[in-house]
Amino acid sequence: MPIIDLANPSRFLALVGRVLPWLAAATVCAFLVGLYYAALAPDDYQQGATVKIMFIHVPNAWLAMFCWTVMTVAALGTLVWRHPLADVAAKAAAPLGAAFTFLCLLTGSLWGRPMWGTYWVWDGRLTSVLVLFLMYLGVLALWRTVEEPSRAARAAAILTLVGAINLPIIKFSVDWWATLHQPASVLRLGGPTIHSSILVPLLIMGLAFMLLFATLHLAAMRNEILRRRVRTLRLMQAQAGA
Amino acid sequence: MSAVKALLVRDMRLAVRLGGGAPMGVLFFLIVVTLMPFALGPDLALLRRIGPAILWLGALLASLLALDRLFAADHEDGSLDLILTSRLPLELTVAVKALAHWLTTGLPLVIAAPVLALFLDLDPPAMAAVALTLLVGTPALTFIGTVGAALAVTLRRGGLILAVLVLPLTIPVLIFGVAAANAAVIGPMPFGPPFTILCALSLISFVIGPFAAAAALRHGLE
Amino acid sequence: MRLSATGLACVRSGREVFTGLGFALAAGEALLVLGRNGAGKSSLLRMIAGLVRIASGRLALEGGESELTLAEQAHYVGHQDAVKPALTVKENLEFWTQYLGGERGRSDPALDALALGNLAALPAAYLSAGQKRRLSLARLVAVKRPIWLLDEPTSALDAAAQERLSGLMRGHLAAGGIIVAATHGPVGLMGAKELRLDASGPLRPAESEGAAPGGAA
Repeated sequence: MPIIDLANPSRFLALVGRVLPWLAAATVCAFLVGLYYAALAPDDYQQGATVKIMFIHVPNAWLAMFCWTVMTVAALGTLVWRHPLADVAAKAAAPLGAAFTFLCLLTGSLWGRPMWGTYWVWDGRLTSVLVLFLMYLGVLALWRTVEEPSRAARAAAILTLVGAINLPIIKFSVDWWATLHQPASVLRLGGPTIHSSILVPLLIMGLAFMLLFATLHLAAMRNEILRRRVRTLRLMQAQAGA
Repeated sequence: MSAVKALLVRDMRLAVRLGGGAPMGVLFFLIVVTLMPFALGPDLALLRRIGPAILWLGALLASLLALDRLFAADHEDGSLDLILTSRLPLELTVAVKALAHWLTTGLPLVIAAPVLALFLDLDPPAMAAVALTLLVGTPALTFIGTVGAALAVTLRRGGLILAVLVLPLTIPVLIFGVAAANAAVIGPMPFGPPFTILCALSLISFVIGPFAAAAALRHGLE
Repeated sequence: MRLSATGLACVRSGREVFTGLGFALAAGEALLVLGRNGAGKSSLLRMIAGLVRIASGRLALEGGESELTLAEQAHYVGHQDAVKPALTVKENLEFWTQYLGGERGRSDPALDALALGNLAALPAAYLSAGQKRRLSLARLVAVKRPIWLLDEPTSALDAAAQERLSGLMRGHLAAGGIIVAATHGPVGLMGAKELRLDASGPLRPAESEGAAPGGAA
């Protein structure tokens, strides 16, 4: 089926209806396999079993950045290529990205607590993710503030693109800021080396989270299309009642 | 009495549905708290020591956010004219609107403060002290702010003028709020005196705020 | 009940809009305020509603409730509709009904009177300009107040809605109410007094032959 067919919302809805159950099943399988291998992986000699939070923390970090990439492509789709479903894809991806970022922060905080003695440190990497979280919340706020869908889409698309350009700059600045106040011990969240017994579960969990994103994203897009249809029906009802 | 209830329910409904109140206020609070370490450095010991002050400043600035919509939204669509012709005393109307504003904007800040305190490595007693002082102090910020909001809507200038008018008036609240929060954590000064003064400031603002704001609305709208 | 004004003067932004204005209305009488834009029609209505300060002169209401001010016994319908888009049609009217001291249960009949009954659950953001105007006028029906101050009430209304409004106004006058309406065109009230604000000489209402019945074509 050529990609252009997906531009038709009704056909898109039909496709989602067929594909979604399979995607959901694949997601569950991937999680089961990934968690099994994660349980099998060896404990860290320093951190013990808490190192296994990494199998959730790191994929969430990957997905946090991946979601913004999806939103950026969708933003270009809205502004440049005028694809009809681009803004729906952008709007559906934003809360998912915010959620993955939040989970990344949460798991990172829980992981670091035993080591640092506190729930949070202002190191370069965590702080960058926090700023990314704030940018997601900003995009969400923008989507909520503008009522009319296509105007909201254009505003959010511009903000997303500006964010995409700025995020590398922000990351660089935050890392530089963190080096100004280098603490005595270097905090490493990733562990000294990536052994295959850790790498394999990590990649499987990464795949599982990716499938989770695909499932949730398609479902969210479907909801958004239906939401807009309700809105159109209400507009028609108002006009009929004139 | 049903008029009071109707106004309170309406203002809270609008704040929740428009989404400008609680979510935006808490988000701004989070941003301000995040900005501080970029300016001050990531030294947790320093942040822990000035944590109560950072949280108070963030809550103060975030409280101001939705204040300018307090009367401006009603002024723009003509609701304010009708409110001025109702049988409810204008002072009571202003007080009810301020209460709705605090419930939808100030109270979420109080609830968010302990969570944000985690970023500043405050220990539980400090978190509790900050939350308690904010609980007592944010109503004062809202009620004092209504005066600025009423003046700003009649001046039709919006933007920073509200902050310029209100911030000096909130200095006593800030002083005693931070002092009480710090006293609970650092000691040696006891928590009681600054906290009771903070309570007194709030109670005074419940009276002065609505009366001054009502006067401003009456005289300003010609 | 009698609403009377003597020697009213209005000053806005340092400019004298009108002086020496007077009228007297008994129960069941209506006053149409006419004049070009900027002549002061809205200012006069806002003055009676208590929203604009009276520069000089006197405004008096006899026979109303003594503990209430003039503004608290009047409905003021200005240029704006006071409709909140985030609330539904019914929620909007219910609020004004309760806030302005109306009785419970009057919002549904009021919505029906303005042909908005089937839109009650719709968010007001979806309404057209004419529908918002009708929602704004619905509070005249939902809350009973003796004096109606209407500033160009027929703006944005189509012919059917204008006819509906004329009917409501006639009913209000028949029940002993008083109407002061600023208008550019006819509002379907026979025998209403007319007050021209841009005429030269002292401002006094003249008996009209009767405005054209019904709405415009």
